Amino acid sequence: MGTILTIQGMTRFFGGLAAVMDLSFKVESGEILSLIGPNGAGKTTVFNLITGTLLPTQGKVLFQDHEITGSRPHETTSFGIARTFQTTSLFYDETVIDNLIVSYRCRTRMGLWDALFQTGRSRKDERRCRQKAEEILEFIGLQERAWELARNIPQESQKRLALGLALATEPKLMLLDEPTGGLTEEENVSMMALIQKVRASGITVLLIEHKMKIVMNISDRIVVLNYGQKIAEGLPQEVGRNSAVIEAYLGVGYGEN
Amino acid sequence: MSRIGRQWLILTILVIVVIIPQVVTNKYYMNILIMSGIWSIVALSLNLILGYTGQVNLAHGAFFGIGAYASALLMLKLKMGFWLALPFAAVIAGFFGFLIGLPALRTRGSYFAIGTLCFNIIVTLIVDRWEGLTEGARGLMGIPGPSPIPLPWGGEITFNTMAAQYYLVLCFLLLTIFVLRRIMQSLVGRTFRAIRGNEELAEAMGIHAMRTKILSFTVSCFFAGIGGVLYASYIGFLSPEITDYHVSFDSLIYIMIGGVGTIVGPIIGTLLIVTIPETLHIAAEFRLLLYGLILIVMIIYLPRGIVGWAKVLMSRKRKQEVSWEQS
Amino acid sequence: MVLFFQQLVNGIMLGAAYSLVALGLTLIYGILHIPNFAHGHKYMWAAFTSLFLVVNFHTNYWVSLVIAMVVLGFVGAGVERLVYRPLRNAPHVNSFIAAIGLLLFLESLSLIFWGADFRRFPTLYDKPIHIFGVAITLQRLLVIIAAALFIILLQVFIKRTWLGATIEAVAQNPEGAQLVGISIDRISSLTFGIGTSLAAAAASLIAPIFLVYPTMGAMPNLKAFVVIIIGGMGSIPGAVIGGLMLGLMEALGGGYISTDYKDLFAFGALVTFLTLRPTGLFGKGVR
Repeated sequence: MGTILTIQGMTRFFGGLAAVMDLSFKVESGEILSLIGPNGAGKTTVFNLITGTLLPTQGKVLFQDHEITGSRPHETTSFGIARTFQTTSLFYDETVIDNLIVSYRCRTRMGLWDALFQTGRSRKDERRCRQKAEEILEFIGLQERAWELARNIPQESQKRLALGLALATEPKLMLLDEPTGGLTEEENVSMMALIQKVRASGITVLLIEHKMKIVMNISDRIVVLNYGQKIAEGLPQEVGRNSAVIEAYLGVGYGEN
Repeated sequence: MSRIGRQWLILTILVIVVIIPQVVTNKYYMNILIMSGIWSIVALSLNLILGYTGQVNLAHGAFFGIGAYASALLMLKLKMGFWLALPFAAVIAGFFGFLIGLPALRTRGSYFAIGTLCFNIIVTLIVDRWEGLTEGARGLMGIPGPSPIPLPWGGEITFNTMAAQYYLVLCFLLLTIFVLRRIMQSLVGRTFRAIRGNEELAEAMGIHAMRTKILSFTVSCFFAGIGGVLYASYIGFLSPEITDYHVSFDSLIYIMIGGVGTIVGPIIGTLLIVTIPETLHIAAEFRLLLYGLILIVMIIYLPRGIVGWAKVLMSRKRKQEVSWEQS
Repeated sequence: MVLFFQQLVNGIMLGAAYSLVALGLTLIYGILHIPNFAHGHKYMWAAFTSLFLVVNFHTNYWVSLVIAMVVLGFVGAGVERLVYRPLRNAPHVNSFIAAIGLLLFLESLSLIFWGADFRRFPTLYDKPIHIFGVAITLQRLLVIIAAALFIILLQVFIKRTWLGATIEAVAQNPEGAQLVGISIDRISSLTFGIGTSLAAAAASLIAPIFLVYPTMGAMPNLKAFVVIIIGGMGSIPGAVIGGLMLGLMEALGGGYISTDYKDLFAFGALVTFLTLRPTGLFGKGVR
């Protein structure tokens, strides 16, 4: 199926500090690739560089063989890259379903004129948004909470919703930043199942995760970062045995969670 | 409140509103009502960029003034008729909104507020000093009212009486409400709300934040311009003060008290603020004192305004309907 | 040539005045991240307080300055407690709106108390002295000297005293500061008090040069904001340099280009900065 995302020679400086240094790796279509590394290794920075929230000092990002380096976040989303944020990001004052409806907006075409004159296009777009929202609602299992305000639903539901928002943009690649943050053992399991469901539906997943059990279980491949540089890459078992990786994580490791 | 109940309420209010000029003949009160109507249009338009899209715009008075001056100058110097000058002036106001929005909307939060305030001051300064164009501090006088509209069956509608002026303003107010409501209930309106809720997330959802904000700002300025045109023709006289940032502050107060992010809120806020102090004959300085105090109290304890909180209370009692069917 | 130097000196004085007003503002913003939009109106109240003392009680000018600083310091701390503290966890724009309410309140209170008349502040220092052919009143010279003094004092206070270090700690990391037992509430009130005192000092120094009236605070307020946006919000050197730049721009622009539109320079500059470099000269970069 081919490579869906290529990072080439990615470097980003903040003042004198290199948050990411000469990073290169590829994401194959249909796989779940985990990006791991100690705190401060630069993982979220990589996500920001891919989606365009940050500009790289050097390096390229290629999505489906097209260069997208320097595109703005709304552009990368329209290309087909969706993301979640480390600190759950939702439209807190809107209901769950309203959150999902507006997330499909980027795939609709209607404008001010359509809104004012209630053209056929506006009716079609609004219907499609509604339908999509209901589909995703079912996919992430939040049907019962459809009318609740996003700020009032429990932590786990919020994480699901954040994933649902990203799904609603009809991505080909999803960047998930610590989707199990703050979740319990059981909740981890159901989140993992959801991620696998996402992959099964044909979406490639790039995952940042701290919990090794999850990483080892769910990933097809792993890339390990430390101090902004890649120190290992490969299958979970290989990476787990890699001495550089073990050193980087000294103390943190397998079976921790 | 049920759907049917609501429709009856709206109908009743409409009937009352339409009958008022037949019942109230006191010029003083009619004047208050007409001014309330004009300020409601201004407040509603500010609500679009501030209440719905979440950007604290303090330049609103400038656009109101631009609309007013544009129509006055078109009518006085180019001898344009009212009905042609109105859309032209509104478009001019909207256009300036677009021009000013382009640089201004690259900033956010307090920076945006300060930046727009400075734009407002620049506009007032220019209107005040550019005497060749605007007659400066002397002001523009003798601005004509709306020209009569000929009726197909003979005769015409004239706008010489207060009642006629009242109906004119009412029509535009209803038009404004209708347009804004259509916008807010559509996907376009949802996009505005997304920007207000979480601009970074909205961008991550593929929404072009800048384009959305500029659209909201431009439409907001367009309607502010309409308010300006109505004001100019009603009062007949303009001076640079009406572009002043105090107009911006006033509009802000109306919507903060009434309720940001609702259609009814700004109207109620305007009505309360414009009518009550007038009827109680409170002196100007004390009015400002009260507004300041009320604004502080409202933003701390009732940031959604009167209507906003009434809605929150109501929706707690029953399961909330889809937001886009309300408002 | 003399005209140039004259305008230069005027510009420096103006710049010193703006810097002094902006200093308090940037201090408050640096700690509390609140753009205290009512700053100019507290400035106005300080001027009236000094005026009141000097005219009605024949207090010594310098004594009235100190009293104004103390009084307004308390007012500032009070405002922080009553108005801004409840809004600490709300979006920043709410504080801005509250500041607008405060501004209206202070302005109308002043109108009620003092009336709308423009008043003159009597001073002993209005005789012009001549240096190198440039005329400058002692009062204006005092403004420059006092501004420099306050800037130095403030820097020393922040960098060398324990209290100053505490304030910096809160500015950089509020949670961390709390963990080591620093009371955010007290520091916030204190900072607001100090910032407002600085504005009060500025007011008492500048008032004798211009007139005193209830709406006198509006322009300095906005210009102080222009200064800190140009210089970078929260940066003391930024406030100084920004203030000087603005003062010079106005004096030279007003003298050589047009007096009518001289206020425009300030706002035009602001608009330019906001568009091109919103974080100011000393702020951090974007993206």
